[in-house]
Amino acid sequence: MSTTNIILCGVGGQGTVLASKLTAAASMAKGLNVRSAETIGMAQRGGSVLSYLRIGECASPLINNGCADLIIGFEPAETVRALSYLKEGGIVITSDRAMMPVTAALQGSDYEGSKMTDYLKSLEGGRIGKLVIVNTDDAMHDLGSPKVMNMVLLGAAARGGFLGEVTIDDIKQALVKKVKPQFHELNFKALEYASV
Amino acid sequence: MHKEFLMGNEAIGRACIAAGVNVVAGYPGTPSTEVLETIAKENDGSIYVEWSVNEKAAMEVAAGAAYSGARTLVTMKQVGLNVASDPLMSLEYVGVKGGMVVLVADDPGPISSQTEQDTRTFAEYSKVPCFDPSDAKEAYEMIFEAFELSEKYNTPVFMRPTTRVCHSYQSIDVRDYAEYEDHRPDGFVKDSKRWVIFPKLSFANHAKIEVRNEGISDEFSSNERNAVTAGTVRKGIVAQGISYANVKDILDNTEGQKPALLKISTPFPFPEKLASEFLKSVDEVLVIEELDPYIERHLLQVCGKFGVNVKITGKLTGSVARSGENMPDLVQKYINDFMGIENASCELSETPELPVRPPVLCAGCPHRASFYAVKKAMKGKETIFAGDIGCYTLGNAMPLDMVDTCLCMGAGLGIAQGVGRVKPDTKCFAFVGDSTFFASAITGVVNAVYNQADMTLIVLDNSTTAMTGHQPHPGTGHTMMGEFTDKINIENILRGIGVETVVRQDPFKLDEAVGVIKKVADEPGVKAVIFEAPCCVLFKPETPYEVDLDKCVDCKMCIREIGCPGVVLKDGHVAVDPALCNGCGLCSQICPCNAIGKAVKE
Repeated sequence: MSTTNIILCGVGGQGTVLASKLTAAASMAKGLNVRSAETIGMAQRGGSVLSYLRIGECASPLINNGCADLIIGFEPAETVRALSYLKEGGIVITSDRAMMPVTAALQGSDYEGSKMTDYLKSLEGGRIGKLVIVNTDDAMHDLGSPKVMNMVLLGAAARGGFLGEVTIDDIKQALVKKVKPQFHELNFKALEYASV
Repeated sequence: MHKEFLMGNEAIGRACIAAGVNVVAGYPGTPSTEVLETIAKENDGSIYVEWSVNEKAAMEVAAGAAYSGARTLVTMKQVGLNVASDPLMSLEYVGVKGGMVVLVADDPGPISSQTEQDTRTFAEYSKVPCFDPSDAKEAYEMIFEAFELSEKYNTPVFMRPTTRVCHSYQSIDVRDYAEYEDHRPDGFVKDSKRWVIFPKLSFANHAKIEVRNEGISDEFSSNERNAVTAGTVRKGIVAQGISYANVKDILDNTEGQKPALLKISTPFPFPEKLASEFLKSVDEVLVIEELDPYIERHLLQVCGKFGVNVKITGKLTGSVARSGENMPDLVQKYINDFMGIENASCELSETPELPVRPPVLCAGCPHRASFYAVKKAMKGKETIFAGDIGCYTLGNAMPLDMVDTCLCMGAGLGIAQGVGRVKPDTKCFAFVGDSTFFASAITGVVNAVYNQADMTLIVLDNSTTAMTGHQPHPGTGHTMMGEFTDKINIENILRGIGVETVVRQDPFKLDEAVGVIKKVADEPGVKAVIFEAPCCVLFKPETPYEVDLDKCVDCKMCIREIGCPGVVLKDGHVAVDPALCNGCGLCSQICPCNAIGKAVKE
């Protein structure tokens, strides 16, 4: 009985939910059981958000510390925050673009994304088995849209074979059903964008 | 049957439709809101669905429909049950005719609530039977059983999911349309001996209810949802809800010695016989539950009643945390401690310092402008800013710091009056949103006018119930059935109550707004300012603003004064994030150098 455990994390409004729903739909189309859970309500307004996604047999939608096969991070500090969920040698795919919280800006914080990505790099080969860092500014520029980062990150996970039995073609089929036709081309391009 | 990927709340809503529910009423509140929304969205027109003005109104509407033989559902969050408790406490004594399910979503953590109260405890207090699902699938199936139990015993029945059940998704089997039940209520039949609560009726029914609940307890003891999984040692774990799911996952992945496991899905009336059998099979028990030590107390009670000598541990012994959620890592620790296994650590060393990210008002939120106008107008004065429940509670965050108190829905008005009674020189303000105004602030205004208080009411009217996901309310002009109605006008209500000074003001016209507040706050008695600007999430953003680096002197006043997430520091300089900016222009009115203006289109 193997379960694929995925954490999607970021800041409210970054599109973690759609990425989670597409993966769930793709899994269900293959006859796999899926559970997920996400942050809703007061906590999501500008706060850290975390979605759990579990493909396969399990009782809870929540993932235990040290049990995630994959973390998809939409913001580098949020990726680091979620790291205790990662199993030894698990996979991390993350955006490098820092989102500065208002409180940090007020205190004149020197929070930079590079500190987080440097830390992640220092764990590669040990706690992190494979690390994929996506340059989000480049991706947004090349793709011409800030709204498809979720598909860039999800595409990297699928093409890397990190979603268990779910393939990039499964994700594309699910996307066609969930997303309006005029956005298909852009989303397909985003799914294929990052090198894994 | 067919499979669908549903959120717990969607599953509950869909089950109610399939169970032939006729009338649905509720008041929005996280984590319960999506239940009623699902029914409204999937409604083929045969179900009456309303967002009521508050939970008490919803409970009474549902009760009247249930008196008339309809299958009814009433939805709310746990603190909403406090508002609805008056009708519910009496309703249990009177009973119902059609099936009535009272959906109350609890919020361990709490994640988006004022309290960590436990509806299972309320069930015992009110004598209303209670179901406690452990996932979306069980919640779906339980709804049918809850309606049946309600009709069998003519009692309202609680369905009590918690946040992690409400907001988790699962692929589950749901009924096809052809399998939906059809209930045709026959209408209210007059019978004053049944429907009019008098002491004599209460006395007679009280005795009947206690006997009935003993019977339901026995029924629950043989209910298969209260499942026992055998263990390999004479130790046992008792769990409920999401805690049960977390325990099961851990035990399923455990090799070696395993404790027995009992799941309690029907906490009230407590299945005592089943529990006593389980207790007899073990020497030591660990109870893993969220919120109150409800099951733990009942097990202790069963031990005394049935003469079982077992050690029971849990919240009361400090073995399980008394507040907060039972996340998998905690559950793992509790089980390890119980079984005498060493805890492995997954914590990372030398993590860089992470930015804290508390929730904040959105970029472009009109509440920010309203709070800032009042703050500026009242600078240097002795003030109290009594807040209330809604997005605008977030006005407490720095740098606005404009919420001195927050208690419960509509409480700000009374708090402001009370503070003023103690120190009459204080300028007392109460802030209330439009939906909260209708839900429970009107009596506070009547009280203030009648008792001649000296205070300023600030209504933050953004034309929606924003925090819970933009539900309509009496001031929006449309209902959950999709009908357009006359908007109930807040100014007219205030004038009708006798508030003579009522000013409507656009909060984004900063100087004007500051002037209005200064003038109004100086008047004696009860006066009101209604800040009118729609929630920024409901409209397409205006052209974003940008910082002219030639004019900006990096004084950072825009950041320090209003704390908008759209104004950021980039490479040490102030910048507007175009992806977040809603184009409200508040920052441009604060900048002393006129350095912030509408972005020029490329």
